[in-house]
Amino acid sequence: MGAQLRVYRQKISSAKTTKKITRAMELISASRIQKAKQRVAASGPYSRAVTRAVSAVATFSNVDHVLTTEPETIDRAAVVIFSSDRGLAGAFNTNVLREAGELAARLEAEGKEVVYYLVGRKSAAYFAFRKRDAEQIWTGGTDSPEFEVAKEIGDAVVSKFLQPASEGGVDEIHIVYNRLVSMLLQVPEVVRLLPLEIVEGVEAPEESEILPLYEFEPEVDKVLDALLPVYIESRIFNAMLQSAAAKHAATQKAMKSASDNADKLINDYTRLANNARQSEITQQISEIVGGADALSSAK
Amino acid sequence: MAVLTVSVVSADQEIWSGEASQLIARTTEGEIGILPGHEPLLAILAQGEVRVTTTDGKNVTATADNGFLSVEHNTVTVVASTAELV
Repeated sequence: MGAQLRVYRQKISSAKTTKKITRAMELISASRIQKAKQRVAASGPYSRAVTRAVSAVATFSNVDHVLTTEPETIDRAAVVIFSSDRGLAGAFNTNVLREAGELAARLEAEGKEVVYYLVGRKSAAYFAFRKRDAEQIWTGGTDSPEFEVAKEIGDAVVSKFLQPASEGGVDEIHIVYNRLVSMLLQVPEVVRLLPLEIVEGVEAPEESEILPLYEFEPEVDKVLDALLPVYIESRIFNAMLQSAAAKHAATQKAMKSASDNADKLINDYTRLANNARQSEITQQISEIVGGADALSSAK
Repeated sequence: MAVLTVSVVSADQEIWSGEASQLIARTTEGEIGILPGHEPLLAILAQGEVRVTTTDGKNVTATADNGFLSVEHNTVTVVASTAELV
């Protein structure tokens, strides 16, 4: 009978060790998420300023530029997937990869070829396991994104965008990332970066309002040329920061439920162990009593 | 008198913001001075300094690389991937 008790004790101690780890990870994420959220907030003014400038150009000028005009035919689309380097974050990576899969299926249904750019070890592993090709992969540092990496990614996709499709360039750029809605909710988001789809932050000018006539220095084309990579970089950097914050929130949530489950397991097994111990004692007593009875009746 | 609302932002944070009476920056075409009431403008900045004269007469200088300048309704935004106060 001792065997049963030993099995339960082993399970209790293993659940306790696991709980220590998950609790520690929960606390680490909880402390990092604050910093990650602050970084998202701190990058806000930049991306707002860039977006406003791009919107201004798009709204108040009627120049033909790759940035603002929709190509007639789209042969190839780039999809940038922002995942994390580490797992243990619930459905964080699964969600973003599923969203990317749906996007890719939609694009392929429209007859477009999809080119992948991956950020984070998890998406790289997902693609490697399925033997799918990715154009370029960035791993490491998804927990605290650097602007340099965003710049690198931006340069890579923009140079592809500026290449004609016949030479392997892309006509569309999509990004897929997890957006932090609240500490409990992270939603995967798909945004088409290029060509510009929605003009954010600028209300449509009212009828009566006289449009401000923008002056550009040097020429409109050059300003747009300079603005394009900056805009893409800022959007990508923002996506990376959002994704990092969302990852911390997801980890915290996953680790919290893991700790709670460990608690529940410890509770259940303690009950069972107590039962086993008690029934062992009961059996010993009844054996002793039975033995004593047998001895006394033998006399 | 009208004042300029100026903000200088880099990729990861807002460097400086406040009210100013004048702003001087170096664009790719040359130096440009912005006073309240300037027409809407979008300019690419050359490497160099941005000098802001605040409404109380102080001078704030910042370096800005890879940036641009936008002016709209007396709101001036200096945006640069890397910028810092001097």
